[in-house]
Amino acid sequence: MATTTITKTGTLVGKRLKRKEDPRLITGTATYTDDIQLPGMNYASILRSPYAAAKIRGIDISKALEHPGVVAVYTGADVKDVGPVPCGASLPGLRVPHHHILAQDRTYFVGHPVAVVVAADRYIARDALDLVEVDWDPLPAVADPEKAIEAGAPAVHPEWPDNIAFNFHQENGEVDKVFAEAEVVVKQRIISQRLIPCPMETRGVVADYRGGDKTLTIYSSSQIPHLMRNLVAQMLGIADNHLRVVAPEVGGGFGSKLNVYAEEALMGFIAMKTGKPVKWIETRRENFLTTIHGRGHVDYFELAAKKDGTILAMKLKLIQDLGSYHQLLTPAIPTLSVLMMPGIYNFKHIRADIVGVFTNCVPTDAYRGAGRPEATHGIERMVDVLAAELNMDPAEIRLKNFVPNDAFPYATATGLTYDSGNYAAPLHKALEIVDYKSLRAEQKKARAEGRLMGVGISTYGEICAMGPSPATPAGGWESASVRIEPSGKVTVMTGIKPQGQGEETTFSQIVADELGVEMDDVTVLHGDTMVVQYGIGTFGSRATAIGGTALYFALQELKKKVKKFGAMILESDDVSFSGGQCICNRTGRTADLSQIAGASYRAMKLPPDTDPGLVATNFWEPPNFTFPFGAHICVTEVDRDTGAVEIKRYVAVDDCGRIINPMIVEGQVQGGVVQGLGQALYEHGIYDESGQLVTGEFMDYAIPKATMVPWIETDHTVTPSPVNPLGVKGVGEAGTIGASPSIVNSVVDALSPLGVRHLDMPLTPESLWKILEGARA
Amino acid sequence: MKKSITVTLNGRKTTHDVEPRLLLIHFLRETAGLTGPHIGCETSICGACTVSVDGKAVKSCTMFAVQADGREVVTIEGLASNGKLHPVQEAFWEQHGLQCGYCTPGMILASKQLLERNPHPTDAEIRHGLEGNLCRCTGYQNIVNAVRSAAGKMGA
Repeated sequence: MATTTITKTGTLVGKRLKRKEDPRLITGTATYTDDIQLPGMNYASILRSPYAAAKIRGIDISKALEHPGVVAVYTGADVKDVGPVPCGASLPGLRVPHHHILAQDRTYFVGHPVAVVVAADRYIARDALDLVEVDWDPLPAVADPEKAIEAGAPAVHPEWPDNIAFNFHQENGEVDKVFAEAEVVVKQRIISQRLIPCPMETRGVVADYRGGDKTLTIYSSSQIPHLMRNLVAQMLGIADNHLRVVAPEVGGGFGSKLNVYAEEALMGFIAMKTGKPVKWIETRRENFLTTIHGRGHVDYFELAAKKDGTILAMKLKLIQDLGSYHQLLTPAIPTLSVLMMPGIYNFKHIRADIVGVFTNCVPTDAYRGAGRPEATHGIERMVDVLAAELNMDPAEIRLKNFVPNDAFPYATATGLTYDSGNYAAPLHKALEIVDYKSLRAEQKKARAEGRLMGVGISTYGEICAMGPSPATPAGGWESASVRIEPSGKVTVMTGIKPQGQGEETTFSQIVADELGVEMDDVTVLHGDTMVVQYGIGTFGSRATAIGGTALYFALQELKKKVKKFGAMILESDDVSFSGGQCICNRTGRTADLSQIAGASYRAMKLPPDTDPGLVATNFWEPPNFTFPFGAHICVTEVDRDTGAVEIKRYVAVDDCGRIINPMIVEGQVQGGVVQGLGQALYEHGIYDESGQLVTGEFMDYAIPKATMVPWIETDHTVTPSPVNPLGVKGVGEAGTIGASPSIVNSVVDALSPLGVRHLDMPLTPESLWKILEGARA
Repeated sequence: MKKSITVTLNGRKTTHDVEPRLLLIHFLRETAGLTGPHIGCETSICGACTVSVDGKAVKSCTMFAVQADGREVVTIEGLASNGKLHPVQEAFWEQHGLQCGYCTPGMILASKQLLERNPHPTDAEIRHGLEGNLCRCTGYQNIVNAVRSAAGKMGA
């Protein structure tokens, strides 16, 4: 579909408009962190633990220090008072290891930072790293979370020999009674494997200290510049208004940059110590080893139901591989899975028990979907397991169990209130698009020919717009400030921090509609704590639903003031504002925005009780999350000889509420589906028994390439959210959440003639070939 | 021991003394001060550093700067002429072929070469031609759309 450039204002919200961000990105003139060059800047290179667990008997830095061009070398002893790396999540009884920014006398995972070399350029820094001598005493390690909680397993942290960081229990209804009386109970162990986020831009930090005014600037590829400012200031023991954090162009995050890492504080420390700017750019190898991973669940699900397919109750035992430390939200992620475990089905009896387990691995944390893909994968697989047990059609069993349309707002068994929904609508639409009846007939024919064709459905629900402040660790509101400049042009400062989601465009659409200005007259600023008022950031599909709403309310406030100045200029007490001008409703005389703005700043005369200038700021606290949903259908065929999965068709019908720019929404869905597909078919972060990451490069960790993904057909239903005046819900994670269960359900369906009821991801040709070989034997 | 090299970079000759071990990507970014070619993996898999050397798409993280001596290098900065975007750049913009933009310069250079070799590729040929360039945001669909659209523009 072609895009149009609209220069005349009108109703721009809802239109397919080209992005304002793109000209700088397609010409190579955007500024990512590694593009920042400062006079006199040094480069840092970090020495990391080659062992998953080891004692450090000693470190000799003398040879590295003598190397020409080396400025400084620091080890754990130098920074023992900096930090710790913060954990923002709190749970009852949570064990929080002290997370130093450089290892002290012991390392806990491969990649654990041990020393840092600062040198005149990156080649010298890397050379000198090899001259740092560490006297290692390797210790036994444990990388598998189920093994880590067995008696006698090596202790990740010696002070907690059971390796358990926390236990979490949530229950609603009469679970035991319902299970005891149920006509059918199905059980399944389901793994959501460790994944590695892999944004194309790795992390990077530049730090610059001005001693004269004791001000530190940190440039970091981050989704949360303001939270980073607060936390890194604490880590370094400086005032938050002496630290400026700039998140420049960010080359993808997917949750991995929703964090505060050791390196931000470490570079700040180095800049303050040396008095010179310093840059550290994470290598891809470091990104695999030291930036957070995602997922890492072993889930034991049980579902109780009636013989007619009515779901009654669910039990879940969730073993979460936390890794060796808590990063910002590590322990909170599995609790999001629990919140979302009922999916979009109408049952009230649930019990969940989480065991959070330390392993000698890099921490897990938020990765695209953050807890919800695990929950959705679980419930969507379990519904299919139940359908298979009862010999029911997977579409039929879903339609039978959906929360009905008249039940909204719907209180879930896990304490949430679903805002709005019409869960059957996207499923019906998807079934129609694929012509489900014919598809099943085709499958029957294929099976008769001995071909392994599968049809998989997932009907997902998710939590977006994170989220009301009481439900988040650091405030769940968002801020926007709008300034009409003296010329009448509009500057927006938003607390969100996009990493490709395109809010410079969608927010300009909102502004253009509200103020009647051209898209090009709007500048959207973000990511610099010295420019933008305090804000939260971009994650959990919150930017438009919360940040866009803050913008909307700031604009309403501003319009009131514009009308006051308009009334003054037009000498009328009856004016309206539309199309970028104030109109006197009696005389028809007009004053345009540039005239009004000019008058407001020149301030020769002011309307009664009105200050000069045209600026409005809003901090918006959402009353609830939003709950998008949708239906994905995947058609596959498995090659009997090789085990390779071919996706013959992929249909995604999503309902993310009102759509501001359909082109951007489709892009989010397509990209999201492919990340879910990566989990379903290809990706697996594997540690061996000694805690070595064996998938530590793109050679070994298979993120999808262009040849590995199918054409994705997208469509929508629109059920506006009542939570915000824009009616938007969020779409950043929907594709990822819907994709893995639809693909796995499809492949399980394909192999069901062989007696297959469940498969764990990734569905590599090798793993399927083994099953096919077993069936042949 | 530094070596003097002369490279025609985006149409202009430039001479620098460089270490023999300096990678072309670091020469472009740090010696020549460009920001278009990006570093994504340092192992020639992701393609974010793709530039054109004597008309061929090359991953500049696995070539030494000294190997570019006497040759013509074109980066994303050299594609637009007189303020007019190259048709491939235009198509990426129109078709939403990018989100975070980090892979985009390399993706555009690879697409340009793909179309020079095969002006009317099928979707499968486009996907095959871009197999050496990773994108984590778009799911590739709009990149395929962009290359197909650019083929139309360039053929017109």
